[in-house]
Amino acid sequence: MAKPAFKPGTAVRVRDLPVKGHMRTPGYIRGRRGRIEVLQGFFPNPEQLAYGAKGLPPVPLYLVRFPQSEIWPGYGSTGDSLALDIFEHWLEPAET
Amino acid sequence: MTHDHHHDDDAHGHVHPGKGDHPTHAWERREAAIRSLLIEKGLVTAEEIRRKIEEWEQKTPADGARIVARAWSDPAYEARLLADANAAALELGIDSSAVKLVALKNTPRLHHLVVCTLCSCYPRTVLGLPPAWYKAKAYRSRAVSEPRRVLAEFGTVLPPEVELRVVDSTADCRYLVLPLRPAGSESLDEAALATLVTRDSMIGVALATAPA
Amino acid sequence: MRAMHDLGGQPAGPVERDEHDPSHAERRVDALMALLRARGLFNVDEMRRTIESLPPEIYERHDYYERWLYTIERLLIEKGVLTAREIEDRLAADG
Repeated sequence: MAKPAFKPGTAVRVRDLPVKGHMRTPGYIRGRRGRIEVLQGFFPNPEQLAYGAKGLPPVPLYLVRFPQSEIWPGYGSTGDSLALDIFEHWLEPAET
Repeated sequence: MTHDHHHDDDAHGHVHPGKGDHPTHAWERREAAIRSLLIEKGLVTAEEIRRKIEEWEQKTPADGARIVARAWSDPAYEARLLADANAAALELGIDSSAVKLVALKNTPRLHHLVVCTLCSCYPRTVLGLPPAWYKAKAYRSRAVSEPRRVLAEFGTVLPPEVELRVVDSTADCRYLVLPLRPAGSESLDEAALATLVTRDSMIGVALATAPA
Repeated sequence: MRAMHDLGGQPAGPVERDEHDPSHAERRVDALMALLRARGLFNVDEMRRTIESLPPEIYERHDYYERWLYTIERLLIEKGVLTAREIEDRLAADG
């Protein structure tokens, strides 16, 4: 299995890939900056599974956490957060 | 391929808010037609369908509640649950092997809320079928962007110093919230504790029930 | 443009506390989906891809289980398991 690119705690940004068709990265999180919470494991790529392919080799999947104030204008100054599972190819290192 | 439908009264007597008259007869006929064709072609049997329905009927939030009650009662179990929820569920006879189950522990400073904005992913293996509202647009849209307002609609208000963490189930993991153990429950055994753990507290829209 | 199913952050009204139990037909759709997936006819991402590409007017007009039935139908036809003609003929025969 390939080595995961990101360690927990790493600052990452969600890429805005021009994927057409099925994907599991919601629009609201594109371009947002968060931190790797944990590696969930390696899973077949759903973008390929959706068209009958095997989606292999499995892709690292990370739970990534974002401050809510980063995502929604006017959310407020609470410490509230949002976490979602994102596949590695949708992430790039962010400036710290 | 179009669905030819006409406005019939809702034959089931259940309310679909906002949908008005609900054409069920055409849809049900379509389901019957497809099912009978699949049976004829040997792809499913009527018996298999019946057994699968029964299997899902037996899946209720009581399974999730047992997991939570065990975690409240036994810190070593809780640690195992947080490390590997699939294995911990299996200790109680609950098979979640089709997905990666993840337990999210609430603390006095951290409260989790689970949603699937893209479809309706839900930890069915421990909670059974999701409620209709979980799968509907309002919850899926607003749980991520206005979670405190959504919680207030459920009668749940968190102090501002508590971090509200919304978890959007976008991929292969399914999430089970471990609600805070209610005050005053210290003397209760596991079976009694399990009665305090509601489905809504394991989704995160509510707290566990206080003991009587 | 945001896809129709990608709802996070979209404006919406209050959460309506719909707790209705699934009807018999709805339970059968659930069962069919699980059995056909177990049989390897299609996987969950093919199902999602199909429901995501429903025409907006179908997505808007039909409820949750009806959309899934429509999805199963589309996939079964795509995979050559059933034809649209067979389904319409069976519907006509059932009356």
